[in-house]
Amino acid sequence: MQSQGTAIEVKGLTKLFGTLVAVDHINFQVERGEFFGFLGPNGAGKTTTIRMLTGVIKKDGGEASIMGYPAGSIRAKQLSGVMPELSNAYMDLTAWGNLMLMAEIYRIPGKQAKERAESFLQQLGLYERKDSLASTYSMGMRKRLVLSMALLSNPQLLFLDEPTSGLDVQSVRFMRALLRNLRQEGKTIFLTTHNMDEAAEMCERVAIINHGKIVALDSPDRLSITAGRIYLVDVSFDKPVSPEMLSNLPGVNRLETAQAIEAADRLRAQQAMAGVGRQGGMGGGQNRMQQAQMGGGHALPGTTSQQPGIGAAKTSGPETSNGHRFRLYTGDTTLLVSSLVDFSRAHSLQMNIINVRPPSLEDAFVRLTEEKSREK
Amino acid sequence: MKNSFGIIDQIIRSWAIVKKDMKIYYSKGPVVLMGVMFPAFMFLAFAFGRNMSAVSLMPGLIAISVFFTCSAIAPITMPWETQARTLERLASSPLAIWTILFGDMLASMLTGIIISIVPIVIALAIGTTFVDPLILIVAIILGSVCFATASLIISSPPASAPQYSQMISSFVKFPLIFISGVFVPLSELPEFARSICFISPLTYFTDLARYSTGGGNYFPIAADLLAIIGFTLASWVIAVKLHNRTLPLRV
Repeated sequence: MQSQGTAIEVKGLTKLFGTLVAVDHINFQVERGEFFGFLGPNGAGKTTTIRMLTGVIKKDGGEASIMGYPAGSIRAKQLSGVMPELSNAYMDLTAWGNLMLMAEIYRIPGKQAKERAESFLQQLGLYERKDSLASTYSMGMRKRLVLSMALLSNPQLLFLDEPTSGLDVQSVRFMRALLRNLRQEGKTIFLTTHNMDEAAEMCERVAIINHGKIVALDSPDRLSITAGRIYLVDVSFDKPVSPEMLSNLPGVNRLETAQAIEAADRLRAQQAMAGVGRQGGMGGGQNRMQQAQMGGGHALPGTTSQQPGIGAAKTSGPETSNGHRFRLYTGDTTLLVSSLVDFSRAHSLQMNIINVRPPSLEDAFVRLTEEKSREK
Repeated sequence: MKNSFGIIDQIIRSWAIVKKDMKIYYSKGPVVLMGVMFPAFMFLAFAFGRNMSAVSLMPGLIAISVFFTCSAIAPITMPWETQARTLERLASSPLAIWTILFGDMLASMLTGIIISIVPIVIALAIGTTFVDPLILIVAIILGSVCFATASLIISSPPASAPQYSQMISSFVKFPLIFISGVFVPLSELPEFARSICFISPLTYFTDLARYSTGGGNYFPIAADLLAIIGFTLASWVIAVKLHNRTLPLRV
């Protein structure tokens, strides 16, 4: 991070829609040159916050500044670029026409505007189609066009609202590579995404907003460990083992069978291929709930479920082509590993694999947003 | 990149809105047709079967051409852009709300001025004599600004369906034709119409157009001009206030 001061400062920012408090006295700060993630479930207040920061809607309370200027002021807008969630290029204009419109709005001198527009269109693979109407573009091309419109004024700060949602795998990779380049150029990036892997990979810090309030703000790694708390332990035995027996071991919060793990992996892969992002809902949270409902999960993360053999897990259990494999969730790895060792000895079993994985940002996200929902 | 952020800077930026509107909205066939064909049909409807010369109807034709052209697109630009989600793009760019409105108004005004050439050419072709062309030019410019500005008020409700604004627009525009002395001189209008004709800016424009063709004026020329300027200023203030209130509700 190239910290040279504050890019975004938010103090007590509040937005009401009638009686609904959409954003509730939030506070955070983004340093210049920082790649900052802003995460939250649907309706949590992410887009409302971005819209207040970019001057699209007015705040009802608190303060927000962009590069030292009041958020929404002409100066603040001049220094920012915005890529909204849904494409909003002018469909009746060509890509070139859209870029030239932005150049005139931002008062970029003609020669400079043309050079930059050509450069961005070439970098983003749109140059050959620069004279085609935006309405003839695919979703991925429109996203790239909108990004180039946001970048044309060479803004110091970029607001990116779900830049990769709805894109195919190749476009996602392309977009992420581009964002990494922008980060290296020292631009401040404010990113909202439902994709936890993306946030963990790209962001230096993330804030998680839920029901209009910031529930966590830290680096993805620290958040994963402190808020996630739940470790994953993949274990495989040389003989079939009853899931009920395993789920009763000390330290086991939750258990998934091989089938459930495979089903979850398949679901995740399908969603990635389809670019479900937003439509698939919350990346981690809903997926995890779906996995639990698909027969393997015994409880949602963060809850303790030690009742024996639940649902499909008991019947379809460990008899799979992958071996007798389970995924255990625990908050105490030492206790669980020693329990597994004792269990193996007691039943003359041999553990073929035991793999302890630290909690992920997705786990932290699910835990934080669910905790808040339960409080509500 | 320029770093001044005053009124002049915003007016310069508004030119981008003008060019965008011209390309996207005003170069479309239906707009031109609305500005030319509709007044032509209205003209024919009044001319046929009545004991009125075509020349005496020319001021009315010029008036409704300018009026309908200027008010064809301005009322639906905002809802249209809300629906297309391009308004969010404009709202997050370094443009004040009034700058966007000013650009929309200028685009409407320029189209109205350009379209007014058509009925003027027709009027000249059928032998109309313009006794005071300067007043006609001033009237067309001021009238275009006035009608375009007033149309911005119609686009202020935070609806995203252009049809909604179109409906309000029609509801407002058509009655004005009948109380503004467009095809029937104000002095010949029924008492009721004459008692309310002053609430329509089209009245003053038509009066000026009729004067410029030697048809005589109902109000003093200065009063006509001041009334149009007054309507324009009032419309501008109201439109900006309403849009400042409603634009954040749209996006």
